[in-house]
Amino acid sequence: MSKLSNLIPPDEQVSFWSGVLDPESNLDLISVPPEDLWREKRAGLVVIECPQEIPCNPCHTSCPTGAIKVEPLTAIPKVNYDLCTGCTICVSKCPGLACFVIDKTPADYSIVKLPYEMYPVPKVGEVVDCLDRTGKPVVEGEVLNVTEPSRDGTKVIWVKVPKGFEMTVRAIKVKGGE
Amino acid sequence: MTMSKSPAEIFGYSFPDIRETQLLIVGGGPAGLSAALQALKLGLKVTLVESGLELGGQLVKQTHKFFGSSLERAGTRGFRIAQELIKELTPFKGSGQLEVYLSTTAIAVYPERIVLLSQLSGKVFPIKPKAMIIATGAQERMLPFPNNDLPGIYGAGGIQTLMNQYGVKPGKRALIVGAGNIGLIVAYQLLQAGVEVIAILEAMDRIGGWWVHAAKVRRYGVPILLKHTISRAIGKEKVEGAVIAEITPDGLKDKYQVECDLIGISVGLTPTVDLLRQANVKMKYVAFMGGFVPLRDREMRTSQSWIWVAGDSAGIEEASTAMIEGQIASTSVAKWLGYISEEEAKREIDQLWARLGYLREAEVSSKVRKGLEEVLVTWGG
Ligand SMILES: Cc1cc2nc3c(=O)[nH]c(=O)nc-3n(C[C@H](O)[C@H](O)[C@H](O)COP(=O)(O)OP(=O)(O)OC[C@H]3O[C@@H](n4cnc5c(N)ncnc54)[C@H](O)[C@@H]3O)c2cc1C
Ligand code: SF4
Ligand code: SF4
Repeated sequence: MSKLSNLIPPDEQVSFWSGVLDPESNLDLISVPPEDLWREKRAGLVVIECPQEIPCNPCHTSCPTGAIKVEPLTAIPKVNYDLCTGCTICVSKCPGLACFVIDKTPADYSIVKLPYEMYPVPKVGEVVDCLDRTGKPVVEGEVLNVTEPSRDGTKVIWVKVPKGFEMTVRAIKVKGGE
Repeated sequence: MTMSKSPAEIFGYSFPDIRETQLLIVGGGPAGLSAALQALKLGLKVTLVESGLELGGQLVKQTHKFFGSSLERAGTRGFRIAQELIKELTPFKGSGQLEVYLSTTAIAVYPERIVLLSQLSGKVFPIKPKAMIIATGAQERMLPFPNNDLPGIYGAGGIQTLMNQYGVKPGKRALIVGAGNIGLIVAYQLLQAGVEVIAILEAMDRIGGWWVHAAKVRRYGVPILLKHTISRAIGKEKVEGAVIAEITPDGLKDKYQVECDLIGISVGLTPTVDLLRQANVKMKYVAFMGGFVPLRDREMRTSQSWIWVAGDSAGIEEASTAMIEGQIASTSVAKWLGYISEEEAKREIDQLWARLGYLREAEVSSKVRKGLEEVLVTWGG
């Protein structure tokens, strides 16, 4: 039997109110680093995809440098990119899994550091499928590191992606599993 | 059903030695637990009864990190919040200030402040508190559709209990009906358990839950079909599939037939108010709060002067607000019983309300704010 997701027309799958950001038209709703700073910053900078006002602030309270502000509690997070060190603590603390750190400094690839709470956990060096915001595999990537910044079960996976895929890849899938 | 007769009239005898307590708290979820903690800190003697085998209410099933303010322990996984609250209660158990009855359900309320407790062991006994806080939480709504009684069709909460409390994988391929926070979170937890989620159906033209929860499941390839619902389940002995229909201006239009062995229904919760009804507490139907809810004043006191309410049984909301409401109720009880002064109570309750206001400021809470306007009253005298 064919997969349901293959039967649904593509435009119905990408709709903001079903939880998919359109990186073209919804950019103003999220936090994206300024390009010149981003290209230089070792370890990377945070991208926050949290476009709805909800009463939530662990990103703010967990950030050790004060780079993220959620004020009042119901505001959309704002980032001061001069303060962000790319430490990935917010990536692991955000209950919405909405924070990603992206490192653009390597010359011929970029690194997406994303939250991961699934099984199995990939090993360093393993090649995984990189998924876009609708779960479509768009490219393969090598896992460069697996960390657990808050030691609370949420892993942060560092995955190598080709240039140009930084704002596309938002999840990974270990190969072989179904 | 309203119990206007006393137990003596009903049973033909009066209970020989009725246990007395200062404050009876019914329900050991976040609302009941933090109410207990607050009352104990203020010096009251507390009896806490919980139907379940353990304390924690909805929290024990929540493996995800909580939203809300870090002040209300957001960013911490639900079941850990329960563990933390329970740990804070422990010293009071040793000192005899707190009695906890597990596997014990409050089944009836009688006029002269007598509450009947029924234990899993079969024992039934009455208790007579000076004050009572009802924190009985909520129940899941069911959805009518053909074959909705087939095995394999659960409320989303039932799926959570199976997976997160008992460690049972409930199926291989799941269909979720309802894209509120609970439906979205359960879908994510199913993915974590290795269950394939074929789709989440939502009757409205947008998800009801928070956008970030939807994004979490979308990026693992789970489609969310807006303006769609289940038109029927298929199967003989158990669920084998479902027919998904589009909701159009001319009615339901069957669109896809899918195979699945698990259907999770999460179309909302409704407050558990049976005890409040029995106690003749004034109630009002407020759709925004999930159904019939008790009228209450700013201190969470109901129309029966010895009964307070807190948490989801006062209106469906969040664990964060449930915990604060529990604290407000206990502060008010302490004032009534003379453990703190009017001024102290007012200061404390004002502060707690400020935190509620802070949590309820968002657009996503506008329904709660509207609902509150209808049920918040001032009791004369
Ligand atoms: C999937 C899911 C995700 C959630 N995510 C969040 C979140 O991220 N952040 C957040 O703040 N909230 C969240 N919530 C909401 C939160 O869990 C509830 O709002 C909260 O648990 C309500 O607390 P409560 O104490 O009022 O009720 P409950 O937690 O439901 O506890 C009520 C307790 O009372 C007991 N009880 C009922 N009747 C009786 C009786 N007659 N006698 C004795 N005991 C009785 C029940 O057994 C239960 O243990 C979530 C809920 C769900 C289902
Ligand atoms: S990556 Fe580190 S420094 Fe940057 S916003 Fe997140 S927590 Fe703060
Ligand atoms: S912690 Fe995550 S979900 Fe909460 S406000 Fe921050 S970015 Fe949004």
